[in-house]
Amino acid sequence: MKEQEQAYQSTQPTPQDVVMDIRDLHIAFGSNVVLDGFELQLHKGECKVVLGRSGSGKSVLIKCIIGLLKPDSGSITVMGKDILNMDHEELDKMRMRIGFLFQSNALYDSMTVRENLEFPMRRHHIDLADQTAEQRILEALENVGLEHTIDMMPVELSGGMKKRIALARTLILKPDIILYDEPTSGLDPVTSREIAHLITEVQKKYKTSSIVISHDMSCVHTVADKIAVLLDGKKRAEGTYSELAKSDIKEVKEFFE
Amino acid sequence: MQLPKSLQAFLQEAGNLAAFTGRFFREAFRPRYEWREFIRQCFIIGYKSLPLIGVTGFIMGLVLTMQLRPSLVDYGVEAQLPAMVSLAIIREIGPVITALIFAGKIGSSIGAELGSMKVTEQIDAMEVSGTNPFKYLVVTRVAATTLMLPVLVILSDAISIYGGYLGVNIKANTSWSLFIKQVFEILDFSDVIPAVIKTFFFGFAVGMIGCYKGYNSKKGTEGVGASANTAVVLSSLVVFIIDLVAVQVTDLLGLN
Repeated sequence: MKEQEQAYQSTQPTPQDVVMDIRDLHIAFGSNVVLDGFELQLHKGECKVVLGRSGSGKSVLIKCIIGLLKPDSGSITVMGKDILNMDHEELDKMRMRIGFLFQSNALYDSMTVRENLEFPMRRHHIDLADQTAEQRILEALENVGLEHTIDMMPVELSGGMKKRIALARTLILKPDIILYDEPTSGLDPVTSREIAHLITEVQKKYKTSSIVISHDMSCVHTVADKIAVLLDGKKRAEGTYSELAKSDIKEVKEFFE
Repeated sequence: MQLPKSLQAFLQEAGNLAAFTGRFFREAFRPRYEWREFIRQCFIIGYKSLPLIGVTGFIMGLVLTMQLRPSLVDYGVEAQLPAMVSLAIIREIGPVITALIFAGKIGSSIGAELGSMKVTEQIDAMEVSGTNPFKYLVVTRVAATTLMLPVLVILSDAISIYGGYLGVNIKANTSWSLFIKQVFEILDFSDVIPAVIKTFFFGFAVGMIGCYKGYNSKKGTEGVGASANTAVVLSSLVVFIIDLVAVQVTDLLGLN
């Protein structure tokens, strides 16, 4: 059992610690049923990985959480508030507390790294003095070890650097929850490991709760406190890495072989 | 009776475009207004198109004059050359050619830019960052194309007329003041105003179609290329259709 798992199990979460509660989530695109009664709970300070095969609906799930997609039925409660019945203004306020790291990084091509990091602050009307804003940008870049890229354009960065900058942009609003959509996809094994360690560091430093969507088992092993396995639109199993590695369910076991 | 598939697809596309245009009007007049991005787009769309529009305008005036001269000489009305050239440029050739070049440059760039933003999730990232991407990306660009094309057409017309002046002087010796006097003798407000008004519609169509195609781009690089390409083809076609309608309207109003 890895050290992180032991530490997690010694501080078992209580029901009061739940920061996100997803119940009976259904979404279909035409006749293609993607989520079919999916359930998930995320506790304060926890890093939960949603594991599933490509096309199993993992990305659809976190897009529902952030309000980019509207599920057909079910409920998503984040920090006690029902996301699905919020108006635009409320949803924007909630999005300040939920960071989202996109699979494709989604850095704005026409802006420098500094402008990319400034954008969420400016748009969420965070009125900071120029000096404080600059300090926040530098702090976010320092966290990902890329202060020197501040005036570079995204096109000048490597895949791993883009991922780190995207993470810095997510951190700039100091969110309570971070959603990671395939954080290591398209990266070489060394960079993937670095990103996975960075996720763990961020988790510890900012005491965030995280949902990580992935099927990269090395990353899953590094970051996960708990893993939920998504199969056929439902949560098929949940447990720690070592628990699920011993699972009797064939489809679950396959991930750990 | 079942409609042919191609007709169904056409009607569906037309319906989607109409709905997209309807959304533009709903979003455009509701705060928050994205002035900063609008001004940035005016700079990119207007100012940065100036060299291309200027050069093509100049060549257009010069070539038109050189092509018209032999016919006018045959009829012995060579003296009418400045009047003929300026009338053709102001009423028809200037607005339409400039709009077509504008569709090629701006329509394709908007289609490709929004298309690539869509496939790389930048539009979703904007929404997550507390921004209405439709207002920020579409409303600002369509407003900028609508306002900038008339300005570009007026500048292009002026440069074309200067090209016409040089064209006249290739085989004759006419002073600038005489040339301009002849131009303004023939031109009336009823020539200039309808021609400028229709360019607002040209600009609106180019911006709207570019944004529609880019914003609804299909996944993948092929989708981005297709968005840019169809944005140019469709907006060029719509420019001609608007021109046809504009001619009919000015005719009905007795302005021709």
